Amino acid sequence: MNDMRPLERIVDTDTVKISARNVQVHYGETHAIKDVDVDLEANTVTAFIGPSGCGKSSFLRCLNRMNDTIDICRVQGDILLDGEDIYDKRVDPVQLRAKVGMVFQKPNPFPKSIYDNIAYGPRIHGLARNKSELDEIVEKSLRRGAIWDEVKDRLDAPGTGLSGGQQQRLCIARAVATEPEVLLMDEPCSALDPIATAQVEELIDELRQNFSVVIVTHSMQQAARVSQKTAFFHLGHLVEHGETGEIFTNPRDPRTESYITGRIG
Amino acid sequence: MTDASANTPATPRPGKHAGSLLEQNARTLRRNAAERRFRAYGLSAIVIGVTALVVLLASILSQGLPAFQQTFITLEVHLDEAKLDKNGNRDIEEIKKVSTFGYAPLIKTALSTRAGELGISSEDLGVSDKEIAAMISKEAAAELRRFVIANPDRIGETVEFEFLATGRIDGYYKGRVTMESAEKDSNISPGQLQFADALKEGGALSTHFNWGFFTMADGSENRPEAAGIGVAMLGSLYMMIIVLVLALPIGVAASIYLEEFAPKNWFTDLIEVNISNLAAVPSIVFGILGLAIFINYAGLPQSAPIVGGLVLTLMTLPTIIIATRASLKSVPPSIRDAALGVGASRMQSVFHHVLPLAMPGILTGTIIGLAQALGETAPLMLIGMVAFVREFPAAPPEGFFDPASALPVQVYNWTTRADPAFVERASGAIIVLLAFLLCMNFLAIILRRRFERRW
Amino acid sequence: MPVLWIVLVVLGLGLIGYFAGRMRALGTAGGDTRRLHSLPSYYGWHALMLTVVPSLLVLAAWLLVAPNWIENTVSATLPEATIAESGSRGLAMAEVRRAAGALDRAVKQGTMDEATVATLHSGVADLADVTARLKETGAIITSDITVSVLRAAQEYRLMAKASGAYMTFAVLLLAAAGLVLALKRTNKDFRARNVVESGIRVILILASTIAILTTIGIVLSMLFETGNFFERYPWQKFFFGTKWAPDFRGDSELGMLPLLWGTLYISVVALLVAVPIGLFAAIYLSEYAGPKLRAVAKPMIEILAGIPTIVYGLFALMTVGPMVRDWIAQPLGLGNSTNSVMTAGLVMGVMLIPFVSSLSDDIINAVPQSMRDGSFGLGATQSETVKQVVLPAALPGIVGAVLLAASRAIGETMIVVMGAGAAAAQFADGPGAVINPFEAMTTVTVKIVSQLTGDTDFASPETLVAFALGLTLFVITLGLNVLALFIVRKYREQYE
Repeated sequence: MNDMRPLERIVDTDTVKISARNVQVHYGETHAIKDVDVDLEANTVTAFIGPSGCGKSSFLRCLNRMNDTIDICRVQGDILLDGEDIYDKRVDPVQLRAKVGMVFQKPNPFPKSIYDNIAYGPRIHGLARNKSELDEIVEKSLRRGAIWDEVKDRLDAPGTGLSGGQQQRLCIARAVATEPEVLLMDEPCSALDPIATAQVEELIDELRQNFSVVIVTHSMQQAARVSQKTAFFHLGHLVEHGETGEIFTNPRDPRTESYITGRIG
Repeated sequence: MTDASANTPATPRPGKHAGSLLEQNARTLRRNAAERRFRAYGLSAIVIGVTALVVLLASILSQGLPAFQQTFITLEVHLDEAKLDKNGNRDIEEIKKVSTFGYAPLIKTALSTRAGELGISSEDLGVSDKEIAAMISKEAAAELRRFVIANPDRIGETVEFEFLATGRIDGYYKGRVTMESAEKDSNISPGQLQFADALKEGGALSTHFNWGFFTMADGSENRPEAAGIGVAMLGSLYMMIIVLVLALPIGVAASIYLEEFAPKNWFTDLIEVNISNLAAVPSIVFGILGLAIFINYAGLPQSAPIVGGLVLTLMTLPTIIIATRASLKSVPPSIRDAALGVGASRMQSVFHHVLPLAMPGILTGTIIGLAQALGETAPLMLIGMVAFVREFPAAPPEGFFDPASALPVQVYNWTTRADPAFVERASGAIIVLLAFLLCMNFLAIILRRRFERRW
Repeated sequence: MPVLWIVLVVLGLGLIGYFAGRMRALGTAGGDTRRLHSLPSYYGWHALMLTVVPSLLVLAAWLLVAPNWIENTVSATLPEATIAESGSRGLAMAEVRRAAGALDRAVKQGTMDEATVATLHSGVADLADVTARLKETGAIITSDITVSVLRAAQEYRLMAKASGAYMTFAVLLLAAAGLVLALKRTNKDFRARNVVESGIRVILILASTIAILTTIGIVLSMLFETGNFFERYPWQKFFFGTKWAPDFRGDSELGMLPLLWGTLYISVVALLVAVPIGLFAAIYLSEYAGPKLRAVAKPMIEILAGIPTIVYGLFALMTVGPMVRDWIAQPLGLGNSTNSVMTAGLVMGVMLIPFVSSLSDDIINAVPQSMRDGSFGLGATQSETVKQVVLPAALPGIVGAVLLAASRAIGETMIVVMGAGAAAAQFADGPGAVINPFEAMTTVTVKIVSQLTGDTDFASPETLVAFALGLTLFVITLGLNVLALFIVRKYREQYE
């Protein structure tokens, strides 16, 4: 992981936010991610698609070192955030995760008030100097999460009392509140009904203005709707990566074509 | 990527988290220090817990192990016919008329003789004849009398005996008594200790394993050397038998009803609440129950294993019921369905199929319940088991109604006595108790490992 | 006939019933089991159950009720003068029972015969001589026996004897009747299995009601005696009295507050030890420890829970008490007693560690992983996650665990008996004496033990106060337990 790799391979430091080279992930004996090279651009929504168990979620969790919490997981290769190797010994995952936030498959609001849910990240990272600044951050984040109007009158109510879609938008707002540069989303709509899904998708598109968004999804329609770039994973390999329109209309790899046309997956 | 930062444009974007990832900012350093402190608290909590266990066991072991050793004085006693059987007709009734006071002089003579043979001079050591006689336990005369009554035909012979030395002499060889402490002690003098040393050199006095600790009954206040846990172990055994015979069937029957047949209504709810509450009621309250109901109301005798057994049964029932229900619950419904499917009644499906499968879990729970009951002290004190009991209870079932002691109560009893030799014995008895508990828990673990099923 | 023999005879009849029932059923079916409604053994069980169960139930009921009934009847015949002489009705009855026992023994040993016994109370016999002869039997008779006591004793004996005879007769008759009835009902079409199964069901229900009976027994036994206590001692002085000074000669001060203070003080010290250590141990084991450390440390801490309290008591007495005195109390000049609040509290705290830690461990593990992931995903450290997400989520459950531990601490007996001492807090000596944790102090449970062991007289407030203390203890721990169980159950539902 510490071997030197020529940095010329990073094409353009201005637009490339995260660049992964030769990434391998092992869970115990299982080789889950094989040799993945990919560049993720800033202010872009990148969708990871692929059949279940193809490794797209595992790869996503590598990007902010969430895999560290799993004892048997080993990651090899380089993942660079703004040109810095996030698996370097000197990198503190806590600091990394402040820059690379994450939203999970199932909405997981903390058993606290809505306000405290949002304020949690800013508090631990010391983003607000006083109460009014914190209030400002909370309001801004809830507005960005497109949920402000629904909860502004009950900020002291527990976050667990919201509906599923509201909970997920709360979790997105919570992730946004820490002001990350990259936002990772692991199937954020899989537990939501179609209306809530539409709301979250709309939100993702707005978030692109300020963040790089990486979204793992099962649904190809969703990938087509929200993303500019798409990466197709299959059996641990990154099969194809490119413009979303390109991938869906004119896939280069036969495996991608089979998946899109519904023959595998 | 050691020089990666050199190739990166510094802070490319004015974000909230500006700065290189490769350097931990001040806040992160602070937070990581807090993290390490928190971890250290957790680890020290565990260390404290484990240390407490180690210190507890070490202190009990170090204080209690000497109880298994005892100092004995070996003497050849001439069973003088003139004193023990004046008429010489070996009539057992006449021999019985000679009390222990008649035997004491024989032992005294034997000891003086032995000392003479070894060339120990009592004048040089400044010990009186009375003090020499006091070196042997008062129990010795009783022991000799029992021997003679059991073997009247040996009167007139010279027989070798191993007598208990008195508790202070024993303490001298275990470090409890020293020459200095003997100066101030009215029960022992330095002269007696020197005399004992001389006996030891001559081979007449030795310290070795003490079977009597396991077989003898409690000893009175001034003869700790003769105190044993025989009656207490028997009493505990009787109580465990009663608990096993009552609590296991009742507990299993109650669990089967609650788990397999009971409808969901206020009555079964009431039973459930009662069971979980009884599991947490202070044990002393069960003692009050035993005293009020079994002794004062039903008129059962005090200090009897039957009352202790009944009280402990009521205390153990919740444990057994909770374990049994968990065990019944873990038998998958498909087993019941299979039995019902071939035309068995519900009762048959439970008794023929579910119960045998749940048996290992039930037995494990029962053993753990018994182990709890074995160590229980407070309720037994209230039903009179602290009494001083010298007589062994008879064989069951009559023995269940005889006065007896119990191991933990015997321990408490000994700690309240003045002579420090009793504290040593209390610790010794605790070791025996812990050994029993260890065996029971070990058995439970083996049962669980051996028969555990995963569905 | 002794009870054991009655039971054996009934069981014997039951066994006969089993084989007879089986044979009779087979007989009516012409030896072909296929023509029977139920399996042959069910006919046997049916007969056995009808023989044994009702008769043994009657036997048990008789044994429970009869002694009380006899006692009340005899007690009613005692003249007022005798009661006044003994001090109370209870004491007079105790004397009657002893006399009756002595008479029984005298007859058994052959020093008296029934005829003499019957004439004893007619006033002819020399009372001093009778007393002497009764004492000879080994009975404990303190004073000279009076005629009225002798008469009552004789009546007591006769009633007991008659009751025994009636009981034997009734039980055996019932057993025989059950046997006959069962055999009469038995034929090949009789639905033996259904009858046996509903019988077994009744037995199962009876077994499960024992839990309720126990609770009722606890409450009733303490309520009655507490009522007796409050007849002799005003309840206001018991609940609000600030002085505990029992005196068996009378004029006791039996205020509960000093005992309650001692109990709470020691429990608080114990919880101050057990809750942080137990909680941190649970957090470390569930959030940080690797599988190897967990495999070693968890069982070791749980061993602490399996050690009987007498062992902790001995540990307090021999090791911790002297250590606290020599290392802390004496150098600081705070006391020189090995028995102290600190000793008992520390040792009890150690006892409660596994209690807090294993309950908290379960509760912390029940907090879903997604909660932790959410926090890590926002860049929280592990300790921040534990402190701000896991613990708040687990808080209700942990509160429940602490309440259960508190109830344990309040009800604990042996550790305080051996570690805390027997001297009640002296409120009169000012707050210093009451608050110093290195002074000996006593608790509700210690006093229950000391008032109820040794020579007790169930008519004096000094003994009866133990029941009032016991009831208070029961109510406090019951409240804590129910509250804790409620909280824990509510908490579990949240994540299921």
